[in-house]
Amino acid sequence: MGKQRVKFTFEETLVKQPVIYELGQKFKIVTNIRRADVGEDVGWVVLELEGDEPEIKRGLEWVSSTGVRVDPLGGDVIDG
Amino acid sequence: MAFINGLKCRECGREYPADPLNVCDFCFGPLEVVYDYATISEVVSRDSIAAGPLSIWRYKDLLPAQGDDPVDIQAGFTPLIKARGLGKMLGLNNLYIKNDSVNPSFSFKDRVVSVAATKALEFGYETIACASTGNLACSVAAHCARAGVRAVVFIPSNLEKGKIIGAAIYNPVLVSVDGTYDQVNRLCSELADDYPWAFVNINMRPYYAEGSKTLGYEVAEQLGWRLPDHVVVPSASGAMFTKIWKGFNELACLGLLDGVPSSSFGVDQNTVHHPAVTTRMHMQQAEGCSPIATAWNSNQTQVIPVRPDSIAKSLAIGNPADGIYAIKVIERSGGSAYAVPESDIVDGIKLLAETEGIFTETAGGVTVSGLKHLAKSGAIKPDELTVVYITGNGLKTQEAVEHVVNPLSIKPTISSFESVFEGAK
Repeated sequence: MGKQRVKFTFEETLVKQPVIYELGQKFKIVTNIRRADVGEDVGWVVLELEGDEPEIKRGLEWVSSTGVRVDPLGGDVIDG
Repeated sequence: MAFINGLKCRECGREYPADPLNVCDFCFGPLEVVYDYATISEVVSRDSIAAGPLSIWRYKDLLPAQGDDPVDIQAGFTPLIKARGLGKMLGLNNLYIKNDSVNPSFSFKDRVVSVAATKALEFGYETIACASTGNLACSVAAHCARAGVRAVVFIPSNLEKGKIIGAAIYNPVLVSVDGTYDQVNRLCSELADDYPWAFVNINMRPYYAEGSKTLGYEVAEQLGWRLPDHVVVPSASGAMFTKIWKGFNELACLGLLDGVPSSSFGVDQNTVHHPAVTTRMHMQQAEGCSPIATAWNSNQTQVIPVRPDSIAKSLAIGNPADGIYAIKVIERSGGSAYAVPESDIVDGIKLLAETEGIFTETAGGVTVSGLKHLAKSGAIKPDELTVVYITGNGLKTQEAVEHVVNPLSIKPTISSFESVFEGAK
């Protein structure tokens, strides 16, 4: 079992989609939301995912495929 | 010794010891250094600073790492130049350039890396790592060479040649990653969890970022312990921008500015705004990666990440960690944010070179073009004291200006020279 901390950013067309619920349904992943700010136009959620690492990887690929942006926690790791 | 009490979450306020941590375990918010300003106020003075070395370590009492034996390649105390030529061109009579492109590895990153590397050795790390679009890689590799520890630096494979060589020459473990920006970002994030290394901008980030405060200290000291009316700053993550502001406010609260009495830091050290600090903070981003400027100019309460597509690669951070905090600084200071059109970046590089003899990289082109916009729009009045920060050297991004090489080609005779030279006139 592993854990991964990530940030999901939802654009306007995706704000109302239950992406996190579906992530937990489609994959053997426990989602644990720690911080969020969701408005009408855009929203982000910081959460921890727990599960087998390959399962988390597949789950994140699915989230990305929905159009939700997935970033490592704390913003870009690459710096100038 | 460093006068710090620990770390504190910027979002929920939970406190942590001064360990190699960057994220709050509870809310996953960013951690910031908490200083012991009561003790600092007893030991720091203009005289103690003046007695220090001509590097960022003259401000050691205000930095979160011990400054008695730092990892120091002489970062900082770079020139502050009165910009007569550029000022005349833009109608600004009181314009100064903080030329940070002359740091040892040719960018301002030497400031933050010197602090992070010193802290990493304090923690006992034997490997220092980073993921970088260039300048950071050069600086980490150089500081590790100085300290005699291993550097592991990750770079995107499409990086400018000048930056690759500028890092490789120090003989780090150089890893060129073939993938999209997001793939590189995710890989390095996962590696940071798995390897017992000091990643300067991950687990060292609270300490690392503080090094940028020295850009504020130096400008104040070089101006005779006063602050400018305006500063113009390039921005990627937003960290440097917020730390310059923090540096100004620290000096004010500690009573180090001319004619400003000391005052309390209040409840939250990171959001303190001393009323004597009236500098307007102007942020410049490249249009191809301008999430903070976009958020500010459209009154968004959130910074929406973007996929970078800019020639200013050192500013190409699509998901800026300090974006929202940078917006608060713009708001508090009465400043602004501007997304410089990509087509203006090279013009900015050339304008600085042709008026001041300073060759800056693409980030500097963004800054100068942004300054031009501010002057033209009247946001900066002709006699207001303005400092523009030039943070990287043009030798690193020569590809962007290759087209300026257009020599007069002649035979080795005077007649050939004169015929061509007359035509060129």
